[in-house]
Amino acid sequence: MNNLNPEPLVELRNLTKTFGTGETGTQVLKGLNLTVPRGGMIALLGASGSGKSTLLNILGTLLRPTSGDFRMLGQDLFEADDATLTDFRNRHIGFVFQFHNLLPDFTALENVIFPSAVRDGIETPQARRRGAELLDIVGLSDRKDFRATKLSGGQKQRVAVARALMNQPDLILADEPTGNLDSKSAEQVMSLIKELNEREKTTFIISTHDESIADQCEIRVEIKDGRI
Amino acid sequence: MVNLSPRSTALKWANSQMRYALKVALRHLTSNPSQTSLLVLGVAVAVFIFIFMSALIGGLADLMVNQTLGGMAHVTLAADDHELPQLETGSDATVLMARQRSTVANTGIQDAVLFQQVIDQVPGVAVSSAQITGGGVLIRGERVRQVSVVGLSHDRVTAIIPFEQYLLQGQLSLNGDGVLIGATLADDLNLTVGGTVALRTDSGNIAMLRISGLFRSGVGQLDSAAAYLDIRTARSLFDMPNGVSRIELKLDDLYDASRVSDRIEVITGLDAEPWTATAEQLYQGLKAQSDTGLILKGFALVTIVIGVASSLMLSTYRRRPEIGIMRAMGSSQQFILIVFVSQGVIIGFLGGVVGAVFGLAILTPLTPAGDVQPGQLPIDVAQGSIGLAIFLTLLGATLAAILPARSASRIDPVEAIGQ
Repeated sequence: MNNLNPEPLVELRNLTKTFGTGETGTQVLKGLNLTVPRGGMIALLGASGSGKSTLLNILGTLLRPTSGDFRMLGQDLFEADDATLTDFRNRHIGFVFQFHNLLPDFTALENVIFPSAVRDGIETPQARRRGAELLDIVGLSDRKDFRATKLSGGQKQRVAVARALMNQPDLILADEPTGNLDSKSAEQVMSLIKELNEREKTTFIISTHDESIADQCEIRVEIKDGRI
Repeated sequence: MVNLSPRSTALKWANSQMRYALKVALRHLTSNPSQTSLLVLGVAVAVFIFIFMSALIGGLADLMVNQTLGGMAHVTLAADDHELPQLETGSDATVLMARQRSTVANTGIQDAVLFQQVIDQVPGVAVSSAQITGGGVLIRGERVRQVSVVGLSHDRVTAIIPFEQYLLQGQLSLNGDGVLIGATLADDLNLTVGGTVALRTDSGNIAMLRISGLFRSGVGQLDSAAAYLDIRTARSLFDMPNGVSRIELKLDDLYDASRVSDRIEVITGLDAEPWTATAEQLYQGLKAQSDTGLILKGFALVTIVIGVASSLMLSTYRRRPEIGIMRAMGSSQQFILIVFVSQGVIIGFLGGVVGAVFGLAILTPLTPAGDVQPGQLPIDVAQGSIGLAIFLTLLGATLAAILPARSASRIDPVEAIGQ
């Protein structure tokens, strides 16, 4: 089934990113053009050092591009200040990282509702209900009061997926979400992502080296030497 | 189309995050209870040292002041010396007479009652005592002792010297021919309460006085060579129908003596001498003691600041990936700042309160109920500056937390998550 919506979620035009300045500067992204439609699953492929993570960080508003156009949901994010980008990130973007995914001193449920609590300044009863529902969806309702440190790697990634969905974002960025998992857990996490993409119509951009994961996505974007 | 928040909205948003930031801060502190307890204990020990030093220095100062200044005025007022007439008007003038300034007769303070009414209203003045003073000898049979004679108003007998604390026998009433003398002097003259003694003043007047009370102040000069009598009796004995020799003052804060005496001098035109001038060595000793206490208390505060700052620096470093995740989840820089500053505030508050409780629990039993006995520390827990200790600890811990908190809020989430 195809979730793609013709209205673009993200538009990148001639996007560059250079680390450092002058002769010692390294240009990682070299005039990149990309349109991400709403509702799809996009695989971001490329060798190490190709610029995948840099692109993912720019899309997540964690990193600023050096030049070019960067629009998401129709907004120009190139010139936005840190507070604006932080607020935008909280409301519209979810993350699933490969490592260091959860806050270790918090329970599974507290981790899931963190983006909502940060937005509202409090863990509201509604947020706790939605968090519990999301944990139920990822099959961890019996682990909601477990500290993050008491969860297995696969369970942590599933909690991370639930957390990424908490604020009903338009885009979820997953950086090697299964890279640190055994094959069974990896399969569970990917089927969960696909299911949520179907159900919530959330756009996923998944950075991966794994061809089998890329095959499960509707769009493949390959980066080589900073270009698509 | 999505509306991006303007900066002011973002700030309001940061303010609303305060409560949740406090939860995160508490979670950080409770996740490692032994480390947090150790840190709070360290702060508490420093606070205890602060309170202990304040109580000891304060108690020691009181002890020294009571022992040496107990019978002494904080400020003494005397009539301004009359200006000598200009005797030499030019280089070729003839000197008719030269007279030493100190030999000019001082007529005392006239209109003392009016002066006292004004002086009693000056802020910082606790009580004033107008006195007539002079020299004389007490004679009993063949025994003669030189004494300083002080005439006091009957309603202000205990204004300067706390005779009520020193009284051994008899009463403090000085009406008519009553006289108060020290126990040592009484022994020398073989006098008891109710006994009579003759007083001959330097001006040659003689009166028979009745011993109304005996005291022991612990100050040798007072106990062995002073006689206190009714100011009306002194007036006739020293031929001073009007005025008084001096006005002595006790102040609310004896360390305020210089300022109050300057002020009174300006207001009244009288010579005002603070105890810091008359007992300068004692003042310097007390000041050195107080300065030493301040330095030690300063060290205690520095310990708190270094302890909290270093602990939070370590925590910030250890939690870099978590900070990265929080930033990625939409936590603002202000949110991270509040999380870490709150930890400093909480540690400072807990350390302050625990230190204060320790201080009260340990120092209260050590505070002597009455006079300090030999070998006993003159601790006065009431002077422990407990409120100040908690406030300064809270302030110090908060300031100490700002630097690590700023550093935490500026962590690059990409670098932190990528670690």
